[in-house]
Amino acid sequence: MSLVEVTGLTVEFGSLRAVDGLSFSLAEGAALALVGESGSGKSTVAGALLGLHRGTGARVSGSVRVAGTDVQAAPDEELRRLRGAKAAMVFQDPLSSLDPYYAIGDQIAEVHRVHTRVSRRTARARAVEVLERVGIPDAVRRSRSRPHEFSGGMRQRALIAMALACEPDLLIADEPTTALDVTVQAQILDLLHTLREETGMGLLLVTHDVGVAAESVDDILVMRHGTAVEHGPVGRVLAAPAQPYTRELLDAVPRVDARRTGSRATDEAVLEATGLRREFGRGSRTFAAVDDVSVTVRRGETLGVVGESGSGKTTLGRMLVGLLEPTAGAIRYEGRPHTGVNPAVQMVFQDPVSSLNPRRSVGESIADPLRARGTERDEQRIRGRVTELLERVGLEGAHYDRYPHEFSGGQRQRIGIARALAAEPRVIVCDEPVSALDVTTQAQVVELLGELQRELGLALVFIAHDLAVVRQVSDRVAVMRRGRIVEYGPADEVYDSPREPYTRQLLAAVPALDPELAARRRAARREPAVA
Amino acid sequence: MNALTGFVLRRVIGAVVTLFALSVIIYVVFYVTPGNVAQITCGPRCSPVQVHQVAQQLHLDDPLYVRYWHFLQGLFVGQDFSTGTSVEHCSAPCLGQSYQTDQQVTGIILTRLPVSFSLVLGAMVIWLLLGVGTGVLSAWRRGRFSERALTALTLAGVATPVFVIGLVLMIVVCGELQLLPFPEYVNFTDDPEQWAWNLLLPWLSLALIESANFARLTRASMLETLADDHIRTFRAYGVGERAIIARHALRGATASVIALNAVTFGSAVGGAVLTETLFGLPGVGQELVHAVKVVDLPVVVGMVLVVGFFVVLANAVADVLYAVADRRVVLA
Repeated sequence: MSLVEVTGLTVEFGSLRAVDGLSFSLAEGAALALVGESGSGKSTVAGALLGLHRGTGARVSGSVRVAGTDVQAAPDEELRRLRGAKAAMVFQDPLSSLDPYYAIGDQIAEVHRVHTRVSRRTARARAVEVLERVGIPDAVRRSRSRPHEFSGGMRQRALIAMALACEPDLLIADEPTTALDVTVQAQILDLLHTLREETGMGLLLVTHDVGVAAESVDDILVMRHGTAVEHGPVGRVLAAPAQPYTRELLDAVPRVDARRTGSRATDEAVLEATGLRREFGRGSRTFAAVDDVSVTVRRGETLGVVGESGSGKTTLGRMLVGLLEPTAGAIRYEGRPHTGVNPAVQMVFQDPVSSLNPRRSVGESIADPLRARGTERDEQRIRGRVTELLERVGLEGAHYDRYPHEFSGGQRQRIGIARALAAEPRVIVCDEPVSALDVTTQAQVVELLGELQRELGLALVFIAHDLAVVRQVSDRVAVMRRGRIVEYGPADEVYDSPREPYTRQLLAAVPALDPELAARRRAARREPAVA
Repeated sequence: MNALTGFVLRRVIGAVVTLFALSVIIYVVFYVTPGNVAQITCGPRCSPVQVHQVAQQLHLDDPLYVRYWHFLQGLFVGQDFSTGTSVEHCSAPCLGQSYQTDQQVTGIILTRLPVSFSLVLGAMVIWLLLGVGTGVLSAWRRGRFSERALTALTLAGVATPVFVIGLVLMIVVCGELQLLPFPEYVNFTDDPEQWAWNLLLPWLSLALIESANFARLTRASMLETLADDHIRTFRAYGVGERAIIARHALRGATASVIALNAVTFGSAVGGAVLTETLFGLPGVGQELVHAVKVVDLPVVVGMVLVVGFFVVLANAVADVLYAVADRRVVLA
């Protein structure tokens, strides 16, 4: 009997059909990835496996059997016994998925006691045991920590520990590594792999990242609009996709070995930063987010800045734009020292939702920089210019009077780009411009930026944590770690023959699209740990 | 521990500055307020000569800074007062002497404060139990009929003035049913049982009103927590709805309840005038209102400082509790 048996599953939220007649099964101990872009219904399926849509007003039809329980028909009590004990779920955001007020060990113990008739003390001991199992050092002491005292990777380990507490037959992981840095992601994926080898539990992995799936599962199911597009062994689907959509999806995935093409980089420096340092906090709590960083941005080129969270990328970007005052160091624009905000250096922000004012029409938002400059006062001409900009970034002039919520994520990011262009900048600093977007949308936005760069001779600073995206767009790359630049040079050199061990470590952690390569890399990652 | 010491120190300094600022403001306000203080103090039938005497005796003709200087002197080294016939010494910390009764302000406060405290502390226990209880219940029964009824009830509670509830309670409980005698304040030290029985109605009327705010706040922040991701985690692990409400959602509401409680407590010590007046409780609020009416400056300043002190104290205690309740909060 298979562990999971889903037949004709349909989930509707009001008039929206999130999942539409999906069927699949998972054998005991097997691993399946549900892959798709946002809105494809993959997380809804994961929730349906545990009956999490019950009582939310969603209409669920079809049949779902998990570890012998008919999830649709089971009474609440039986469903509670399934949840956590037979099938446990690991969520995407490890910070918000744990109760901030209780010690991590207590939360794991609470879950354990729901399913077993053991004493508080035994449950607590079990919590320490599973925390140790997922590689939390000094687990006895750390089990008394609250979630905020853990790093992102440790929190995700703690959530996995919670899932292990009752030795489930099935682990459902919903985007378990999306919020994590690439090296931490590799560790978590390795951990999941090892746990599966040892416990023989089944894995249902929900992810938007084909690379993550390639690393972790046997079978892959590509979803789109709530239906299955393609389903098969991961090696076959990734190497020889049968469906056009799968191919499209795979083509959009940035490859870490793909060079930049069509660059018109010059040697003419536009923006130079020397010895930049920025401190935060006061007194003994002072720390330098950016420390002694010098970079040059040349006309027509893209300077990629990669690094993990907390490496100081964003702080550097904000200093380049003039949104943050450097504690030390200087910025020169076209050879002259410059302090404060410079209209010729604009910024595109990561989150296209929160970086647009929800109460103003997008046209007004784009018109802001025009009005701020004060050179143009004629409303008719401002409107004309905004219409032009909207069209330039691939939207319609008629969108002027619409509000941000009427647009998709990719469209909002286009609006953000139009706003940056309004000031006619020479340099645009893009801070994680595509990390909130699906891969196909990501590819379109990256392409738009490249077009604008060639057309307008713009210099771009492209800040991102995704090494593959950075490679694809950059002429030169700066690798940041703990506020400093550890490696800085032409993109091809940095990626193909990295000098620094840290750069090598980063590159080795990037998920490979080829399952065999992924397995070799995993083996390679294990070795130094033994040594 | 170190963080706590620093916190206490900063709070003490902050409190001292706040209280001094308060005293200066009151002196200035009373100085610029029109009206003949000496005439009011002396009474309507005083002759101009008598009024002049009173003014001299109370230093009412001195410039503002001299009078404030006297006040500071009294506070730190003590002061002598002439009552016309004899001279009384008031040792530091001396808040002065009532214009009206020649009583020392410290003495007045010491007789009034226990009354207000008795009222507010008792009421606090009830408003917390009742308010948080109602809040939890309506968060649990959200969307159902019982929750709507509770919400309507708490809304009515917020909207009802204390003298309506208090009067109704008194008429029904003491008048019609004769379950309790009409309240009359008894000192706790004299007879604890009588103290409690007599305060029961004042407690209830003050607490019923305040508990409505607590119910609304508890409900709102619990519902907010219930929408959080970590609640989904515990549901997905088979934790029952009751445990989720009692352990996780309620815990999320504690911080805001603590904050509201501090503000409510602090302001009720000096601000429960209506309740005090209605039940004839000789508390701080009642005395303060009376003192303002007759421009009894020393009493007003003394009372305001004491009330201000409790507001500051309540907030500092709340901050410490806040940090205890939520370890992410750093005392600063």
